[in-house]
Amino acid sequence: MKTIAAIEAFADRYDLAIVGAGPAGLAAASLAVAHGVDVVVLDENASPGGQIYRAVTSTPMTRREILGEDYWRGVELVQEFSGSASSYAPSTTVWNVARGLDGDSLGRDFEIGVSLRGKARLLRAKEVILATGAQERPFPIPGWTLPGVMTAGAAQIALKSSGLVPDGHLVLAGTGPLLYLVAAQLIEAGASIRALLDTTPRANWMSALTATPGFLASPYLAKGLALLRMVHRRLDVVGGITALRAEGQKRLNRVAFERAGRRTELDCDLLLLHQGIVPSINLSNAIGCAHDWDDVQLAFRPQVDAWFASTVQGVAIAGDSAGIAGGESAAARGRIAALGAAFRLERIGAGQRDRDAAPLRAELALLARGRRFLDVFHRPAKAFRVPSDDATLVCRCEEVSAKTIRETVMLGACGPNQMKAFTRCGMGPCQGRLCGLTVTEMITDARAVSPAEVGYYRLRPPVKPVTLAEIAALPQTADAEKAVAR
Amino acid sequence: MSGAGAATADVIIIGGGIHGCSSALHCRLRGLDVVLIEKDHVGRHASGVNAGGVRQLARDIAEIPLSVHSMDIWHRIEELVDDDCGFTNEGQVLVAETQAELALLKKRMRDLRAKGFTHEELIDAAELHRLVPAVAESCPGGVVSRRDGAAIPFRATQAFRRKAEALGAVIRDGERVMEIRREGTSWAVFTDRAKYVAPKVINAAGAWADRIAAMLGEPVPLEVIAPMLMITGRMPAFIKPVVILRGRKLSFKQFDNGTVLIGGGHRGVPLRDENITVLDWAKLAVSARTVADVFPIMRTAHILRAWAGIEARMPDEIPVFGASGTSEGVYHQFGFSAHGFQLGPGAGSVMSELVATGHTNMPIHALRIERFRENAVARSSEDME
Ligand SMILES: Cc1cc2nc3c(=O)[nH]c(=O)nc-3n(C[C@H](O)[C@H](O)[C@H](O)COP(=O)(O)OP(=O)(O)OC[C@H]3O[C@@H](n4cnc5c(N)ncnc54)[C@H](O)[C@@H]3O)c2cc1C
Repeated sequence: MKTIAAIEAFADRYDLAIVGAGPAGLAAASLAVAHGVDVVVLDENASPGGQIYRAVTSTPMTRREILGEDYWRGVELVQEFSGSASSYAPSTTVWNVARGLDGDSLGRDFEIGVSLRGKARLLRAKEVILATGAQERPFPIPGWTLPGVMTAGAAQIALKSSGLVPDGHLVLAGTGPLLYLVAAQLIEAGASIRALLDTTPRANWMSALTATPGFLASPYLAKGLALLRMVHRRLDVVGGITALRAEGQKRLNRVAFERAGRRTELDCDLLLLHQGIVPSINLSNAIGCAHDWDDVQLAFRPQVDAWFASTVQGVAIAGDSAGIAGGESAAARGRIAALGAAFRLERIGAGQRDRDAAPLRAELALLARGRRFLDVFHRPAKAFRVPSDDATLVCRCEEVSAKTIRETVMLGACGPNQMKAFTRCGMGPCQGRLCGLTVTEMITDARAVSPAEVGYYRLRPPVKPVTLAEIAALPQTADAEKAVAR
Repeated sequence: MSGAGAATADVIIIGGGIHGCSSALHCRLRGLDVVLIEKDHVGRHASGVNAGGVRQLARDIAEIPLSVHSMDIWHRIEELVDDDCGFTNEGQVLVAETQAELALLKKRMRDLRAKGFTHEELIDAAELHRLVPAVAESCPGGVVSRRDGAAIPFRATQAFRRKAEALGAVIRDGERVMEIRREGTSWAVFTDRAKYVAPKVINAAGAWADRIAAMLGEPVPLEVIAPMLMITGRMPAFIKPVVILRGRKLSFKQFDNGTVLIGGGHRGVPLRDENITVLDWAKLAVSARTVADVFPIMRTAHILRAWAGIEARMPDEIPVFGASGTSEGVYHQFGFSAHGFQLGPGAGSVMSELVATGHTNMPIHALRIERFRENAVARSSEDME
């Protein structure tokens, strides 16, 4: 592995650029390089591992039981990658991926806008694999913008990368395997947790079991049950929560919740919210890949073929950014995407590609068993996706409330892009990450149509903010100079 | 669909940009039955994504009368469309960075005054720095147009659409005009879904208007361009008017919420058949360098979004506006060459007069479509000499 520590150290062009150094990106890179592909892996974090194996080689949390055995599985992936001939650019933000220009017409290669230590540059690559993983689903409850309220995922990042265990009294609330995992990790790390408020709708039990009797044979069951038992043994878990509200003047003082029609309050200093993860589609959306609405996972995911190639030629999408399926599946999907790319780059033939993919596909099939149970079981309740309280902020950046969104639908904004134009929602620095799904679902709800019809924000580059000075310092090209002259 | 089943109207408008929508509204105000046909959705193209600059400043003399008329409408826009369209009137300032540039501006000012136009005002360094304190000390002066300002493009276009619809105009989104045929004294307009018949047709098809003209056997040298824009995160308030630097292709506008819009004419690549534009970051970098030079405080600003719109440009950078040269009852309203947003309200008003009465007192002769054919003829006869 060749680590790129300064913007000047990039080559002008690569065969394959991989965005994201999580399990999908790392596995894809190691395999592609093995087939003679010239690869660069671009990642925002300071060390490889992505979200699930974040800081796996550098975490101060070295007592293995705190982060759990699954976490340490990442070491192997990272080691394989470190031993490979791939280029690796940590602390690097990818702010744009688009087909590049050849003079005044559209070229075949992709142009990738990156920035590293305050300097930007445009790279070229023939193929791109997006392995940007997942993000937490927005959880818009009254008071979710108060200081003292954060996502469980953010707390986990602090724990993994800096060993930070939150002070004071904690409450966790929401649904999803990750919520329980973070709870377990925080218990092990010695945090003081007052309660876990589980918002999983009661009806999900039945629908999940009837939907997927196969779950009893799935690898997730044993793991999941062990985790559940551990959390239930050590924590006050309150199920059947139907409403949540973060309260406090300047910062969070307490959380109020409803259960079986009764309201209860719990004093706390920190509220960690989480209701599952959804594919991170900002890049694929900005590139123009087509997306489908997944009615079980309640999220958009890019359309991909058997090689995880998207609808934009030359762009493949692997791992959770192509649909939530977890870390092990991400690695297998990354490898299949790499075989597809190596084939398109003419490094391997169709025969070898298909042969090598076969065992990976078998592994995927195995990992898929029971996955549907998790999806159905953890489907978050509508009350927590479509805020009914008028004052709840939907777009935090531009401070747009649920009331404004509903009123604007009545005014004729029939999709998220019109909503943006009318209210500025989704136009702040987060580029819609924290409100996109909520806005789609609120419009869906108000218009009584399907989310597929309503669609998502059309995102514009840069997909991550970049400073004017960085853009200004982009190396000059002869073409651009001419453009000024004419 | 048979002729009997076709929807009929007094006028069919092709294109749902600000021009089509404004003409639809004004035609309704004159009592005409209107059908407007838009292949994507209203405001999807240039009219919905432009910089929102509402300026008379620095326009070609040929389009100034139309622009001044439009400006009057912008100043009472809410009366007309029941929405203020986000219009603000902070003025627009053209900055001269050198004495040579200032000399050119002085010359233009004499021309304008001689023709009776008073909207532009020459300003010295002191007034320039009062209006735009952030501009470099070395700039010797400029020109201000005080009635100018900015509006919110998508909102404005939608407001025209809504008002036109409220007054009874029929607006068809997602329908594409495929063919136009003469039927008796009327025009039959065929879309991918239906047939419409009317004695009058307005071609307001923006960057696709040459194709409509071609259907009528009237080719025009329209160039499809993709002007680019960037917007930043919130910055402390430091500039009120829209600022234009001619020499360096920069236009610059800070909104009330602190975000700053950077434009000025650098172009990406349009793919009009796919409704796509490709940004040219190397050229955006040139804009960024100019901004960093002129307004150092902007260096730390975050660029949040960059985009381009698909726009029609004519070789002489002024629009095609008025009756067709070949087809009785057809009127053109396109080719606004990256400055047609401001003209929308006024052009629609004059167009409705043309359609309803067959004439107007507005001087639009220089904008006629025949100018290209005349030029071509003139050129080829020169060649023969
Ligand atoms: C980035 C950018 C910045 C700009 N900044 C400014 C500014 O600051 N100030 C200013 O005054 N101007 C500005 N402009 C220019 C201004 O936006 C345009 O001149 C103006 O919007 C043109 O309006 P229109 O209605 O003619 O075209 P459009 O808005 O493009 O509308 C034409 C419509 O016709 C439709 N159409 C085409 N063919 C067919 C068909 N066959 N059937 C049905 N429908 C069809 C199209 O889909 C389109 O929606 C800018 C333009 C851009 C791109």
